[in-house]
Amino acid sequence: MLRQRAVQQSIRRLAAANLSTFNKTTSLAQLAPPVAIATGRHTQIRQAATQPTSPSDAYSILASQRLHRPVSPHLKIYRPQITWLLSGLNRITGSILSGGFYIFGAAYLVSPLFGWHLDTATLAAGFASWPLAAQLAAKMAVAFPFTFHGWNGIRHLIWDVGAALNNQQVIRTGWVVVGLTVVSSLALALL
Amino acid sequence: MAALRSTSRLLAPSRCLFRPVVASRSYANIASIDTSASRPPTPASQTKTVKEPAADGDSKIKTFHIYRWNPDEPTSKPKMQSYTLDLNKTGPMVLDALIRIKNEVDSTLTFRRSCREGICGSCAMNIDGVNTLACLCRIPTDTAKETRIYPLPHTYVVKDLVPDLTHFYKQYKSIKPYLQRDSKSPDGKEYRQTPADRKKLDGLYECILCACCSTSCPSYWWNSEQYLGPAILLQSYRWLNDSRDERHAERKEMLDNSMSLYRCHTILNCSRTCPKGLNPAKAIQEIKKDMAFGS
Repeated sequence: MLRQRAVQQSIRRLAAANLSTFNKTTSLAQLAPPVAIATGRHTQIRQAATQPTSPSDAYSILASQRLHRPVSPHLKIYRPQITWLLSGLNRITGSILSGGFYIFGAAYLVSPLFGWHLDTATLAAGFASWPLAAQLAAKMAVAFPFTFHGWNGIRHLIWDVGAALNNQQVIRTGWVVVGLTVVSSLALALL
Repeated sequence: MAALRSTSRLLAPSRCLFRPVVASRSYANIASIDTSASRPPTPASQTKTVKEPAADGDSKIKTFHIYRWNPDEPTSKPKMQSYTLDLNKTGPMVLDALIRIKNEVDSTLTFRRSCREGICGSCAMNIDGVNTLACLCRIPTDTAKETRIYPLPHTYVVKDLVPDLTHFYKQYKSIKPYLQRDSKSPDGKEYRQTPADRKKLDGLYECILCACCSTSCPSYWWNSEQYLGPAILLQSYRWLNDSRDERHAERKEMLDNSMSLYRCHTILNCSRTCPKGLNPAKAIQEIKKDMAFGS
């Protein structure tokens, strides 16, 4: 086996060295690879199509890939936790309160122009004519955002001095705010 | 084999000459496919479930719904793929389950992992709705409940559970997370600090930058371009708080704008989710106090 291989290799070396015997122009060289290997001309030439990419090209390829990347799901899949739910509620109630204040204030200012009656006596008389359930619902709708935003505001002020910021305290104060809001808004609605 | 391949390559150029136009492959019409970044994943109910190879009688089969998206099909929708595993044959942690799925069920599942002990921060992902490290998160043993695994929320997905954190690291770089000082130490050796000063860094230096807290923050979801996010602000505080650092004023000045720091609205998801038990919210609050009252 070894001897056979030694002979084979020396023949190949001979063939490679004496190019004149196996000239490049001979048809042998252009034969199919099995023959080429058998005749010792088996230097492989890989004709794979590779393109060198410059750093700027690589960057633009990456940029075009990034265009198609989806954003992973967020709000819909995050577990409902008291931390972010109350924070969201704080913002929503704040918007309702300030939005309502601005809308009513602006309407009150322009009411003489349009002949609207937004004075206290008219509003109170109008409210008194509503059924009891509607009165309670309306009061609750105002009292809930007001009390929640107020109590949670105190919680935020406590945080602003750097206190009560560990997980346990945050969860506990969160539920305290929820409890206080329910009790105080019900109390205000039933006044 | 090599011979066959190269002969066929010799023949290859002739093909296109004789191929009729009708036989040529047409490209898929992608005009009607939704490729926007906000396209939602296909729910698990519409995808096939990949089953545990051999489930026996007393096996504890648990279902995992895992977010999948393949960049090789860039216009495809992300989908939720379901896998069932026998918990008796799986390690206790979610990472064990993921590795087992990759080894034995579906080798195309892609995720980052390295140390498997919560020190590298590679396997940060959203498990059952909460951001945590898969290696530190036990598989809930209740097999009736199905576990859902997503990449970190509101990040660009590179593939499956691998989020693109390039911007996160850029933000980290922007706060110059290294000791900056001009004066030499008195003895020309190391910069010393008192045990009390060293103690101020406890709870800050342990951060492994897994991005769990930043990607749990709704404020960071909506403003990640400019808001630094809890993880980076915790690191920022770590350097503000270092007695050896001499660029305190410059560091504070960097944060003194409406976006970098003050997009924190004390939502506190960050501290709630930190897999290392750190408190980024507290650190941010201390920076805010320092900005308001500090010299």
